[in-house]
Amino acid sequence: MAAREHILHKVRTALGRSAGQPPAEAPPAWLRVPEAGRERRVRAMLERFHGKTRRTWSPDEARDYVAGVVRGRRAVASPHPLLEQLGILALPEVQAVSGRPEDVRDACAGADIGITTAEYGLADTGALVVMASAAESRLVSLLPGLHLAVLPIDRLLTGLDELLTLLPDPAAVSSSMVLIGGPSKTADIEQILTLGVHGPTEIELVLV
Amino acid sequence: MAAAFHQRIQEALLDERLQTALYAATGRLMDKRKSGVTAQQCPDYQELRAHAHLIKRHTMENLDYYLELLARKVEEHGGKVAWCRDAGEVQTFVGTLAKERGIRVAVKSKSMLSEEVALNEALERYGVEPVETDLGEFIIQLAGERPFHILAPAMHKTRQQVADLFQEKLGGKREEEIEKQTRIARTVLRRRFLEAGLGISGANFLIAESGAVVVVENEGNARLATSCPPVHVAVAGIEKVIPRAADLALFLPLLGRSATGQPLTSYTSFLSGPRRAGDLDGPEEFYLVLVDNGRSRILADREKRQTLYCIRCGACLNICPVFRKIGGHSYPGTYSGPIGAILTPQALGISHEPELPFASSLCGACAEVCPVKIDIPKILLELRSEVRKTETRERRWNFEKLGFGVWAWLMRRPRLFELVGTAMLELLPAAGPLLKPWTEWRDFPHPPPKTFRQLWRARKAGA
Repeated sequence: MAAREHILHKVRTALGRSAGQPPAEAPPAWLRVPEAGRERRVRAMLERFHGKTRRTWSPDEARDYVAGVVRGRRAVASPHPLLEQLGILALPEVQAVSGRPEDVRDACAGADIGITTAEYGLADTGALVVMASAAESRLVSLLPGLHLAVLPIDRLLTGLDELLTLLPDPAAVSSSMVLIGGPSKTADIEQILTLGVHGPTEIELVLV
Repeated sequence: MAAAFHQRIQEALLDERLQTALYAATGRLMDKRKSGVTAQQCPDYQELRAHAHLIKRHTMENLDYYLELLARKVEEHGGKVAWCRDAGEVQTFVGTLAKERGIRVAVKSKSMLSEEVALNEALERYGVEPVETDLGEFIIQLAGERPFHILAPAMHKTRQQVADLFQEKLGGKREEEIEKQTRIARTVLRRRFLEAGLGISGANFLIAESGAVVVVENEGNARLATSCPPVHVAVAGIEKVIPRAADLALFLPLLGRSATGQPLTSYTSFLSGPRRAGDLDGPEEFYLVLVDNGRSRILADREKRQTLYCIRCGACLNICPVFRKIGGHSYPGTYSGPIGAILTPQALGISHEPELPFASSLCGACAEVCPVKIDIPKILLELRSEVRKTETRERRWNFEKLGFGVWAWLMRRPRLFELVGTAMLELLPAAGPLLKPWTEWRDFPHPPPKTFRQLWRARKAGA
């Protein structure tokens, strides 16, 4: 407590402010949400996403496509209602993660593919927004070499500005919101791009 | 002190391999930034910069309010806040926490602050093994060096040097291919992530209204460090706070584009507190370590306060003609380049390295690329004047002052001035050896054949 008071005191002295003094009015946030119809958003998302994309037109098509990707490989998936409805959790290669966090971690560490949903897609950068919850994991999209994300088409936003307009406080919804803008990569040796340093080497998007 | 500084610069300048690596790497980063901020890529770029500057200024001017709000929100989400006045308090807090939990291994994602407070050395004293997991930091840790660049810590290493280092420290076959080297690091570090009891991250931004830590990266190591181990400790300077999540719409693209030309990096994590009831995974405990360590002192100066607006994109390093020659290890303190040259003297006191503010050509390139418009050259000038003020008080007589005194005296006597000026034309070439300290590194401009006054008279006579 002493350190807290000491730091705050020094800061206030430096600024000539007193304890409990309300702040000056903040400059407005800079949010610019462009107008863009659904088809335009879909096209932009598919074009800018940093990995393979597949647009599907029916739940069966989505399930069959995922079944083709996971065939012969070990896959883990978040126990999300959407994946359940699509029948993805029922695929023989797919194990829905559950149990203690350690169990989730170990299951993910041993898998080739991680299947998650995305809360939103950001069309201007082709990014996914994944929020941790009881139905969505942090590690499924991170430990396996391929991350496959399923995104409902009505969840496509124009970009970060629209996301933050819609969700002014992401912390109210989840303890962890991750924007995924591409596969794991590094350029730490000689500034040369290499994929898959710690997280997935590939990401794949299935629009439903 | 100054001698050591000059010595380091000398060594860097004479290291040919370093010069090649440094020139190429900063050049590539500069190109990436340039392609990211073009009018086509980012039409609002200049407006974004101006607005980001405004928001940073507002936050710094009301910092106590935002810090209290941030701490309250972190606690509402079940996290704890540790306020630390200096490096020692950070070391004690994290070390004690790790010891109490019986933690043997701590995985770390990139944090310049942890370098600043020497957290790794402290953890070792507490019996905890700190493991750097950012590829560049991992290389630096194996080599026993300090980061060369705030963004690309191993910028100065070639793939051959990395190959030797990996073979020596990790065993196995020597691999010169960068892809294979990356694979080796992945395998070694994956095991460490899974066994670690503690994950330590830095923070690019702290969101006051949300009580959240924002971490920006491309590798995924920060996500792993903050999701795998049961305890997550985020260390951040008090200046990292911004008011609202909505402000990220401004700062994320500015940071990404200025650092690597990316409108959005691979991963941006927005973390608030430990995992919540029912969550599938994530840490059980969350600590935010808020560090002053000299920052409140910088805040006290109304003009130089803007040093704290820095979002650590590294653009000023890459474009700086001085950094591109002398490199990151020549600078005293944790932070190098133009931002280091204004941060270090203010945080540690100007007497720490009085020569530092003078190690700049004041070309202004740093101010031009700064995404939050910090006027670095102006602050350098102010620091220079502070250094000189303390010096004149200390020195009994000052050569420079004497020189200018003589010059001013001559200037008031035109005839004498002309006489001396003409004589100088004759004498200068003979003064070669006297000018050696200057001409050793620079070309001395050839004096014109005629003085200005001679030319003027000739012109008037001609007309």
